[in-house]
Amino acid sequence: MTRSAQWLYAWLLLLPAMALLALFTHYPTVATLWHSVHSTPKGARPSVFVGLDNYRQLAEDPIFWQALANNLWFALGTIPASIAIALLMAVWVNGKVAGRGFLRLAYFTPTVLPMIAVANVWLFFYTPEYGLLEKALGGLGFGTHNWLGSKSTALGCLMVVTVWKEAGFFMIFYLAALQSMSPHLAEAAAIEGASRWHFFRRVTFPLLMPTTLFVLVNAVINAFRLVDHVVVMTRGGPDNATSLLLYYIYEIGFRFWDSAYAAALTMVLLGVLGLAALAQFWFLDRKVHYQ
Amino acid sequence: MTHVYETRGALRALETAGAWVLGLLWLLPLAYAVWTAFHAGEYSTRFVPTAPLTLANFVTAWHAAPFARYLVNTVLLVASILAVQLVLVTLAAYAFARFEFPGRGALFALVLMQLMVMPDVLIVENYRTMAALGLKDTILAIGLPYMASAFGIFLLRQTFKTVPRELDEAARLEGCTPLMVLWKVYVPLARPVYLAYALVSVSYHWNNFLWPLIITNSVGSRPLTVGLQVFSATDQGIDWSIITAATLLTTAPLLVAFLLFQRQFVQSFMRAGIR
Repeated sequence: MTRSAQWLYAWLLLLPAMALLALFTHYPTVATLWHSVHSTPKGARPSVFVGLDNYRQLAEDPIFWQALANNLWFALGTIPASIAIALLMAVWVNGKVAGRGFLRLAYFTPTVLPMIAVANVWLFFYTPEYGLLEKALGGLGFGTHNWLGSKSTALGCLMVVTVWKEAGFFMIFYLAALQSMSPHLAEAAAIEGASRWHFFRRVTFPLLMPTTLFVLVNAVINAFRLVDHVVVMTRGGPDNATSLLLYYIYEIGFRFWDSAYAAALTMVLLGVLGLAALAQFWFLDRKVHYQ
Repeated sequence: MTHVYETRGALRALETAGAWVLGLLWLLPLAYAVWTAFHAGEYSTRFVPTAPLTLANFVTAWHAAPFARYLVNTVLLVASILAVQLVLVTLAAYAFARFEFPGRGALFALVLMQLMVMPDVLIVENYRTMAALGLKDTILAIGLPYMASAFGIFLLRQTFKTVPRELDEAARLEGCTPLMVLWKVYVPLARPVYLAYALVSVSYHWNNFLWPLIITNSVGSRPLTVGLQVFSATDQGIDWSIITAATLLTTAPLLVAFLLFQRQFVQSFMRAGIR
């Protein structure tokens, strides 16, 4: 094949995938920016250029700030907890614990179930007076509490569901990394007289660092991408206490049909995800040096 | 293999207990759902071992909403996405792995962009596009934004790069066109990666919710996840036994597949994640 024929061949191979990517990833990204500096067309009034008006509205919108703050708290509350539990699970099921196969299954199962379905189950779990949580606490002599209906506990309840759903997923990456570690390291450390905890802290944990970074980036992206549980369990309430950024975009875009303001909000979300992506590229670069 | 840091005695027992408590805690919500779904409403929070089992909740749920239709929609959705993904991803990965051409780096960067800017967050603009294309409320509209998958292209490109060039050249000397080489050499060698990708793709799209919720509006196009939400959100005197029965119904196919092919599932997620 001549060189130019080869070029043409490659481009043709890429054409279908690139066309779809252009239509549903690149174009909408640019269109989001475009629409974020225009007004929402209303009735006979067409969309006009409004400069930074939508962003000014955003800066003065307390619900946006609350959704952003909620999302940051949500990320802060779920990510370290799910990573720590995932690591603990992986260490346990990597060893010779009794019933290892069953435990791996138990830890991993929430991962394959739809968030919307498990959110339904958890919704019942949290139900005031009738829910299992209430019954259990009532049995211990505690008073009744509306877990999802009060501002102080609703976001926490969603965090618990998320940690429960994600920990098993992250566990398998740690498990894979632990299984690829050489047993000689432990033998050498034992000969040197290192305690088990010392070995974990000084050898195992640093060697798991690439995995931790990978899991971390994924966890950050998920914290900003997944709002199914919000739709099912709280609809952002009470009083926006559980509104996350993407959920707020959904509300503005599809309940109030204010597409221009939704575009400005989407730009903020894209900015957050962009930061996560930069971290990932930085990490992939570093990972290459490990190999 | 002996682990030098394997614990013994009391500490070992403590760790085993901890692992089991966590495991049971993790299964609790599911066990609870199963209990509620298989018992009459009055037992939903009363755990009497002798409570009579019943399938009535499943029957009621099945007749209360068109779950059969939702199931068909989901299967069509997941199958069509996977079929198109496999073709597009294979062709694109082959080009990136084994062809030299101007713009390769730039185009690959454009592909990778989707790893960060996922269709999941571009809901407002993609809705506008679907409306313009006249595709609102169709199964095709749910799947289209996901059909060119950057993740799949990246995964397969890595795999294709590990295929020895000698195999490729030998096939070409025998007169194979590049597409025939792809079909006869690359695709068979990448079979485990295809399986991994397929499992991840199927479970992702079986479970996907927000975009299908937005773009569908009728029984004819709704997948199970959205159907379940519509069913449990309508105020029909909430009966938890029936809702949990419906929840189990919608997840059963995936859950059964997972229990049967656990090892493949876990390995697939591992392979797909580590790349």
